[in-house]
Amino acid sequence: MKSSVIVFPGSNCDRDIALALEKMQFKNSMVWHKETFLPKSDLIVIPGGFSYGDYLRSGAIAGKSLIIDEVIKAAKSGCLVLGICNGFQILTETGLLEGTLLRNKNLKFINRDVNIKVLNNKTNFTSKYEIGQILKINIAHNEGNYFTNSKHLEQLNKENLIAFKYCDENGNVNNQSNPNGAIENIAGIFNQKKNILGMMPHPERMIDKLISNTDGVNLFSSLIN
Amino acid sequence: MEITKKIIEKHGLKESEFKKIKKLLKRNPNLLELGIFSAMWNEHCSYKSSRIHLKKLPTKSKNVIQGPGENAGVIDIGDNDAIVFKIESHNHPSYIEPYQGAATGVGGILRDVFTMGARPIALLNSIHFGSPDHYKTKSLLNGVVSGIGGYGNCIGIPTVAGETKFNETYNENILVNAMAVGHAKKNKIFYSKAKGLNKSVVYVGSKTGRDGIHGASMASAEFDKNTEEKKPTVQVGDPFTEKLLLEACLELMKDDSIIAIQDMGAAGLTSSSVEMASKGSLGIELDLEKVPCRENNMTPYEMMLSESQERMLIILEDGKENYAKDIFKKWDLDFVVIGKTTDTKKLVLKYNNEIKGEIPIEALALNAPIYDREWSKKDISKINLNLKNLKKINLLDSLIKILSSPNHSNKSWITNQYDQMVMCDTLQRSGSDAAIIRIHNKDKAIAVSVDSSANYCRSHPISGGKQIVCENWRNLISVGAKPIAITNCLNFGNPENKEVMGEFTECLQGIKEACEYLEYPVVSGNVSFYNGTNKKNIYPTPVIGGVGLISKISKPLNHNIKSNDNHIILVGKTFGHLEQSCFLKENYSIIDGMPPQVNLQNEKNNGEIILKLIGENLILSAHDISSGGLLVALSEMSIGTKFGIKIEKPKNLGSLSEYFFGEDQSRYLIEVDKNNLASIEKILKDNNIFFENIGITQNEYFEVVDEFKIKIKELYKINNEWYNKY
Repeated sequence: MKSSVIVFPGSNCDRDIALALEKMQFKNSMVWHKETFLPKSDLIVIPGGFSYGDYLRSGAIAGKSLIIDEVIKAAKSGCLVLGICNGFQILTETGLLEGTLLRNKNLKFINRDVNIKVLNNKTNFTSKYEIGQILKINIAHNEGNYFTNSKHLEQLNKENLIAFKYCDENGNVNNQSNPNGAIENIAGIFNQKKNILGMMPHPERMIDKLISNTDGVNLFSSLIN
Repeated sequence: MEITKKIIEKHGLKESEFKKIKKLLKRNPNLLELGIFSAMWNEHCSYKSSRIHLKKLPTKSKNVIQGPGENAGVIDIGDNDAIVFKIESHNHPSYIEPYQGAATGVGGILRDVFTMGARPIALLNSIHFGSPDHYKTKSLLNGVVSGIGGYGNCIGIPTVAGETKFNETYNENILVNAMAVGHAKKNKIFYSKAKGLNKSVVYVGSKTGRDGIHGASMASAEFDKNTEEKKPTVQVGDPFTEKLLLEACLELMKDDSIIAIQDMGAAGLTSSSVEMASKGSLGIELDLEKVPCRENNMTPYEMMLSESQERMLIILEDGKENYAKDIFKKWDLDFVVIGKTTDTKKLVLKYNNEIKGEIPIEALALNAPIYDREWSKKDISKINLNLKNLKKINLLDSLIKILSSPNHSNKSWITNQYDQMVMCDTLQRSGSDAAIIRIHNKDKAIAVSVDSSANYCRSHPISGGKQIVCENWRNLISVGAKPIAITNCLNFGNPENKEVMGEFTECLQGIKEACEYLEYPVVSGNVSFYNGTNKKNIYPTPVIGGVGLISKISKPLNHNIKSNDNHIILVGKTFGHLEQSCFLKENYSIIDGMPPQVNLQNEKNNGEIILKLIGENLILSAHDISSGGLLVALSEMSIGTKFGIKIEKPKNLGSLSEYFFGEDQSRYLIEVDKNNLASIEKILKDNNIFFENIGITQNEYFEVVDEFKIKIKELYKINNEWYNKY
């Protein structure tokens, strides 16, 4: 499998995700935002960070960068696209995913390990997980409070497009287990075709027992298949 | 423009210093030159009050590659890997504008580290606030924490450890010390010494604005009622630009285009150009009209004294200009050749071919004033503390009082605002004795910790100075690291006050003794004087940042209890020293008395034996006993786990409070498997190490036999309340 990681000025999880991909046997290339050519890829990853310093609005400027036109083209032709954290914000800015990421409800940056629950395992991103499986994954963001209109929310639920929801260690999805105020505790969503996943938690941080756990591994091993 | 007395005073220069300037120049300086002298000769840049004392510190060992005097210190950790680190204060700006003050403190220290060719891998901080009841504390705490997080999170370097303390001595002068640690290849370290004539002097990074003009002078004076008016002297940080600058510099550093590089920190373009020229015994000539400016009509005076952030000065090898320029262009950063090196040994400043200022480099650097300020020994005539007739408080109530106090409460409200995981090498996050950072793609790691004990330093500066070095050393040992070297940030009051100068001299004496004995040299640091307001000086607050090496990673060690039915062994002797303890402070508001004595020999022996036990894989968890004493340390091992401890009372110690809350030094707690108990006890005995087997781990409950029994969950709640309610 070939992967491409898009690097914007201010991306800072690009090295982490590249390392995770290589560890999981992807043949990965780094693609600079000023490029207008995207190498042939099975997977495009938009990494976390503060692209363009989060100026204007997180993800807003990256959403208009040169390479992003190529990403949109590839996504529309079915290429798998994964946006993590700032990458998720960028995907909503480009319109590849609907909805938006608002400021965390407590108005503070949040970095900690949270529990999320797998809601749909019939996708290229999640096939190695069980439905209802609880993962402990690190979050690190200022704007992770997912919001969307009621029509889209209905579609997300009806078409099973919610990938992950924040929950407690027993799987309860409620206010206490919602770290940032996201609507219906949503931590990650798919587009309608399920070839695009945007998620706030960082699976690339959870592939090494020494630093955390290995709950993120199966996301990558789902993809490699 | 005539240089009047008022102008000289406004530049923070003494009359005698002005006379010296005239003598060195053999004429009157113009305003630009006066500004440059004031920037180079202020306390912050010249170390004029501290220099003669700092010289006494040990700065060498077989691991030290670069000691004090460069942008940061450098140590060798084997296999061509080097660690570059330094701590620096940003106290004054942070009080005036907490978010930007703290943010630019982080930005500045990061530049010091990557200037030397190192990729920053960890950030730490030591922050001190006034009493929680003081009207400014809450907003300062919020501002500083979000400023530190805002910068580190954005640039993508994990903030992994730190300390936060409250004491009314900082009511009107908080402390914000930031430490950065980077990793470099030993054969690829960059220095600031200029070499060669007619080499291009290149300005890279952000444009120069009018922010921070005279920031370093501001940091070299006490605050008064007009402090608020100093807001314009605080710089504004842009972590995004710094991220670009970091990547661009590291990219350029891959080959050998750079002769010398220096970040524009305090005193901006002035100090960076003077330092590079001075170290290389060269002159430097700048064409100031070429300086990229953010605002119109900036004068040479403003350009030379601006402290705009995210800028660097580079001296390039011949013919490398275009290659280097392309790299900075790729990162959308300014890159302008603004001058050249010369053999005149002068700083020559031109604007549109007209010389605006001309100063011999030596006059600014080597000839800067040095003061041997008057100092007085601390008066330690015994205050008679009668601790016999104190109202009795039971153990549990005292423990709860300490665990729920601002200084001992769980700090996750703070640390959750910092990205601790980015870069994916954080083996131990904050909350343990020290953080552990893996060297990327290697199976070794470093441990880092910052520590201070202002109360101890205030009551007995020599012991206090020793104690902080020892505590820092213990913290690294507790996670299984061999301590290698330290950086220090020396926060003190007004050095023109002889008591303050005495505190400084004696604290340094203590630091020196401990560093020498433990072979724990000082490789970098920073002095911050004039911390105080309206003649009221802060407690002496030296802060120690230490780096240790874990040469082979097994499982990272922390202080959390691992399972039930293990033994808890107390290593080191308990005397029950209560003076200066949290116990007396929190329960009886007694803050007088002497700090615990530091026995360097015990410290070293105990530390080395703990390292040996860890090395032989005999320890499940380890914890240093510090502020709060034994019972607090035991509870810290339990809180956050599912396991408590059943603790036996001592057989022959007079008072339970003394035993459980005394703050005697050189002590550790270790959790050991039953099966290893005999071999551990043998090693300790064979090495004449004093120890007590004081308890057994158990499920769910924390108890002292015949005294109290409480659920761990309950303790957790008590320990986690304060910040969330504040």
